[in-house]
Amino acid sequence: MTAAERPTVPRLHPKARLQHDDVRGRDVLLYPEGLVALNPTGAEILELCDGVRSVADVVAALEQRYGAPGGGVERDVTAFLDGLAAKGLVTYGS
Amino acid sequence: MDPKPLWLLAELTYKCPLQCPYCSNPVDFAGPRFKRELSTDEWCRVFREAKALGVLQLGLSGGEPTLRADLEALVGEAHGLGLYTSLITSAYRLTKERLAALKAAGLDHVQISIQGADAELSDAVAGTASYRDKIAAYHYTRELGFPLTVNVVLHRRNLHQVEDLIRLAESLGAERIELANTQFYGWALHNRDALMPTKAQLDAAWRVVQRERARLGTKLEIVWVLPDYHEQYPKPCMGGWARAYMTVTPAGEVWPCHAAGRIKTLTFENVREHPLDWIWVHSDAFTRFRGDSWMPEPCRSCPRKTQDFGGCRCQAFLVAGDAGLTDPVCSLSPHRHLIDAAVAEVERAPGAPEWTYRAAPASRALAAKG
Ligand code: SF4
Ligand code: SF4
Repeated sequence: MTAAERPTVPRLHPKARLQHDDVRGRDVLLYPEGLVALNPTGAEILELCDGVRSVADVVAALEQRYGAPGGGVERDVTAFLDGLAAKGLVTYGS
Repeated sequence: MDPKPLWLLAELTYKCPLQCPYCSNPVDFAGPRFKRELSTDEWCRVFREAKALGVLQLGLSGGEPTLRADLEALVGEAHGLGLYTSLITSAYRLTKERLAALKAAGLDHVQISIQGADAELSDAVAGTASYRDKIAAYHYTRELGFPLTVNVVLHRRNLHQVEDLIRLAESLGAERIELANTQFYGWALHNRDALMPTKAQLDAAWRVVQRERARLGTKLEIVWVLPDYHEQYPKPCMGGWARAYMTVTPAGEVWPCHAAGRIKTLTFENVREHPLDWIWVHSDAFTRFRGDSWMPEPCRSCPRKTQDFGGCRCQAFLVAGDAGLTDPVCSLSPHRHLIDAAVAEVERAPGAPEWTYRAAPASRALAAKG
């Protein structure tokens, strides 16, 4: 598969839910028998994963917000989403 | 910083139409201690207090939680608070309509037990014909879009079916299968000689798990709960005593784990008399073994103490007679020989003795014996 053909629209798996944890002042991803604590950037990335935006769109949206184009954002977003995909919490579609 | 709980197991009732001989409920579940069940309003208050204390994950369990007619209302309250709710059920007579109503109330996840890979064995272990209801309910959960966990407690009579059980979960489209080797508390401890697997059975099952994990990847998560009697070191029970977890029993007692109520040397408080945060922070049951200052040797000077927290307090009490000792499962414990003897017994005489089914008359008889 070439990069262009790879399905790249990330979605949160339906078993997972984004939730604010007011007691600890952070966002968390909840799923059956587990949770992942998110830093503010992680939560922001997941909020941008609306099932329409591709990874590139998510990166572009963040770069626009923070005005930091370059390889850094893309690398961070990809690593973060791939980490969740390895846990079955994010899936890629088209 | 004081730890705050993330998990609450709400044992809504100890009534259950099934009679699993390894049931983790107290052997005296039918006795007066658990009789007066919390009302809908009392449970809702417990959920609110739990959320304010830091809880994010709620397990609705039992006994059989679907016997509570107010289950939808309880789910609704928990969902409104933002808790991630899991229903832990045997699925006996569970209809699609009921599951749909629970979905509408906000239930997040369903876990359905099964006792064997076919009707004959599953019903024989459960002591109640329930296999057909379970298979039907598995399909309903998929049709309704619930994430599904298939839960199986493993022991000598069903360990040979691990491969069939994994294939069953796969064919049902489950997200997870929990292969939980029997932990010896409650009824399982009472029936230990009948349930204890052989080393050869465990080794064969573990090989299947490794192979199937490689085959299935993230398609089906296979959880293997270790058979701790056959391990060298204890499990990090509950992620450490009173660090992240609490159980509320049907009549409102609050325990640091679902087996802790058997520890006779601890005092347990009730949500009817105290707010949950007071119980978490101050009660004897929660403070006694929090942290590591209570630890005796060999744990005190052991580098593993931050990993396994000295193991399980309930097991120390039930097997070695003192909840403040090193878990006797640990190979460094001076009581390890008690575990070795139980393990050796099955290797010596593998013919399975009869077990006692978990049922109210047997419970009352055992409670009367003390
Ligand atoms: S283990 Fe079996 S008997 Fe015990 S509560 Fe669960 S389904 Fe009922
Ligand atoms: S001695 Fe205690 S801390 Fe060390 S491994 Fe055994 S149970 Fe764990």
